[in-house]
Amino acid sequence: MDLKLSSDQIFMRDEARRLLADRAGSEQLRKAIDAGGFDAALWKTVGAELGWCAVAVPEDAGGLGLGNLELALLAEECGRRLAPVPFWSTACLAAPLIGAVAAGEARETLLARIAAGEAAAVAMPAPAKVDPLGGELPTARRSGDGWAIDGVVPAVIDGASAAYILVPASADGGLALFAVERADATLETLDGIDLLRPAARLVLAGTKAARIDAERLDRTAFDAALLSARLTLAAEQVGAAQGVLDMTLAYIAERMQFGRTIASFQAVKHRCALLLVEIVEARSLVYGAAQGLDPLEIAAAGALASQVAFRAAEEAIQLHGGVGNTWEYDPHLYFRRAQATANLFGSADEKLALVADALLGAAA
Amino acid sequence: MSLELFRAEIAGWMAANLTGRFAPLVDRGHAGDGDALPELRKEWERRLAEGGWTCPGWPREHGGRGLSVAEQVVFQEEYARAGGPGRLGHIGEGLLGPTLIAFGNEDQKRRFLPGIREGREFWAQGYSEPDAGSDLANIRTRARRDPQTGDWQVTGQKVWTSLAHLSDWIFVLARCEEGSVGPKGLIFLLMKLDQPGVEIRPIRQIGGGAEFNSTFFDDARAKAGDVVGAPGDGWKIGMALLGFERGISTLGQQMGFARELELIVGIARENGAAARPAIRARIARAWAGLRAMRYMAMRMLANDPEPQVQLESLGYKYHWSNWHRDLGRLGMDVLGFSGAIANDDPRVEKLRQLFFFTRADTVYGGTNEIQLNIIAERGLGMPKEPRGPGNMGKA
Repeated sequence: MDLKLSSDQIFMRDEARRLLADRAGSEQLRKAIDAGGFDAALWKTVGAELGWCAVAVPEDAGGLGLGNLELALLAEECGRRLAPVPFWSTACLAAPLIGAVAAGEARETLLARIAAGEAAAVAMPAPAKVDPLGGELPTARRSGDGWAIDGVVPAVIDGASAAYILVPASADGGLALFAVERADATLETLDGIDLLRPAARLVLAGTKAARIDAERLDRTAFDAALLSARLTLAAEQVGAAQGVLDMTLAYIAERMQFGRTIASFQAVKHRCALLLVEIVEARSLVYGAAQGLDPLEIAAAGALASQVAFRAAEEAIQLHGGVGNTWEYDPHLYFRRAQATANLFGSADEKLALVADALLGAAA
Repeated sequence: MSLELFRAEIAGWMAANLTGRFAPLVDRGHAGDGDALPELRKEWERRLAEGGWTCPGWPREHGGRGLSVAEQVVFQEEYARAGGPGRLGHIGEGLLGPTLIAFGNEDQKRRFLPGIREGREFWAQGYSEPDAGSDLANIRTRARRDPQTGDWQVTGQKVWTSLAHLSDWIFVLARCEEGSVGPKGLIFLLMKLDQPGVEIRPIRQIGGGAEFNSTFFDDARAKAGDVVGAPGDGWKIGMALLGFERGISTLGQQMGFARELELIVGIARENGAAARPAIRARIARAWAGLRAMRYMAMRMLANDPEPQVQLESLGYKYHWSNWHRDLGRLGMDVLGFSGAIANDDPRVEKLRQLFFFTRADTVYGGTNEIQLNIIAERGLGMPKEPRGPGNMGKA
């Protein structure tokens, strides 16, 4: 009946928050930006040493077998600091997909690599569509004992830092899932607006690939696995909204004009209060949706979270005033993240349209 | 008993009782319709009492069932799901009763609790005044002690006294120390409404109904034994009373919201509004907000919630009241022009009342503006609003 975090969940969340406050501050983010939006040392800590990515990997594959709420809590903390690590791509997108779709030894091996701290990415042909597979798929053909893939995937999130990339492709006239080792693939860095989560263009030209699904890919299982990614993306956006609000509160508590802090003006207070209301709304829906994994609740959570992430970031720039428009201050990093994620798995409008279709019947 | 069995028991009781002569009460008497069918609703309160369903959250020693929070929530949900009418006994059961249990003396508990529990005596709330709205501590109603009898003689005006014309008693915050300001020098009194010196005048609301009143006191009396706490403790007791209201009834309230949204969805599908993209988006957004509200309440109602959740819950009133106000407008927009003209369809009248009454949701119980102050100051630690000279009141 109630929805309360367990003491283990609170402990995990608070430890993550503490670690990232220490390791993903403004200066460290700037260094990561110079390094292409990736902090290898931080990734080693959270992926290999602390085992964050093992959270949702089943126990039989070397993971902790915890649930979506745990993943969401960690994603929220990553979002709060814009942690430049491929946690979402690896633990929230790739791992559930492998768990649901891959079979046999490949499943075990790939999940064990994630649990041990290797990064993974998923080459979605259409990440901005409600159905991220709804684009042109690479094609795979048999080659010797294995497979070779041809095709281009325009933007693979966190592709560059991944040890391997999961590639949905068409094979034998159907959909199949392949794993491509990073070393075998060609990735071209893209100039994305999100400086802390880079994407890369994946070029596959007869690239060696391992087919990892059972003989027939179960599209239902595939879509079910994507629910974790949709949910945790919303959690990350909630975290980003909270992070940029906290940053703004700290700034306006110090900034003096007319002989008083600008935080003391009611016009400013009310705007911050309203942001908190919106953040809590989205957060509550994320936590609730994590329990039942209801697709409509997740779509709704995604819509609210992406909207509040943008609102919080734009308000941060406004309330920082002149300096909010400078490269030196951090609000723009959140503003960039908000817009870069606003269209993942569909826009907020499209997510709400899923809810409307369910309540009102499909649109004419 | 498991919660599910308990749920079934309540649903069964409601189905067996909210029928026959009580059937006209289904879905009646809620906000905007609060003065509907008063005599039948008083009888309904007595029926509830016979079934043991009044005051189920009170401790057993005071005649309640001592239900847990989870069980009370289930009761509220099932009551709302069955279309249970607005509770005329709510102020006694949910506000005054818990206050007397916490602060009343034995004599007061013995005299007042049974009447509330048995659905015999109904209470009104005398807090707001013409000059004490958001600034509630700016109370002017005076209480003077009659040295002969020890009774308190009360003069002044209270407003928004909900359903005072259907009530037997009123609790009143009044100023008992001459020259005191703000929250100091107040007294919490229990007063009979049917007495010389009390005049009740209805206030007609924007929707046409009159659930609220102005209540005028002209040397009306509170008996010497009808002071709760000590003279001067009124603010403390009056604020504690408001604290009892939070939470429990929330999920039942949401069940009512869900019924309203369902009604709007049904009409939209019927009259073609569901084909309009903007209406579709608003209905989906309303659904999202309601689901979020549910999980927010479930986080708040957890035993011993985290400090972070307690701070987050400061935004709950703002969230539900603005959601509901938007829903009121959405209902009328789904009806279209047919909502603007008289119509025999009772659903139209219901949505029309919703449209008007939800304007009050963001005003009573702390306006939007006060709520945002509270969220900013207590939830986000931002600086407090400056006070005018001589006003020490709390927001």
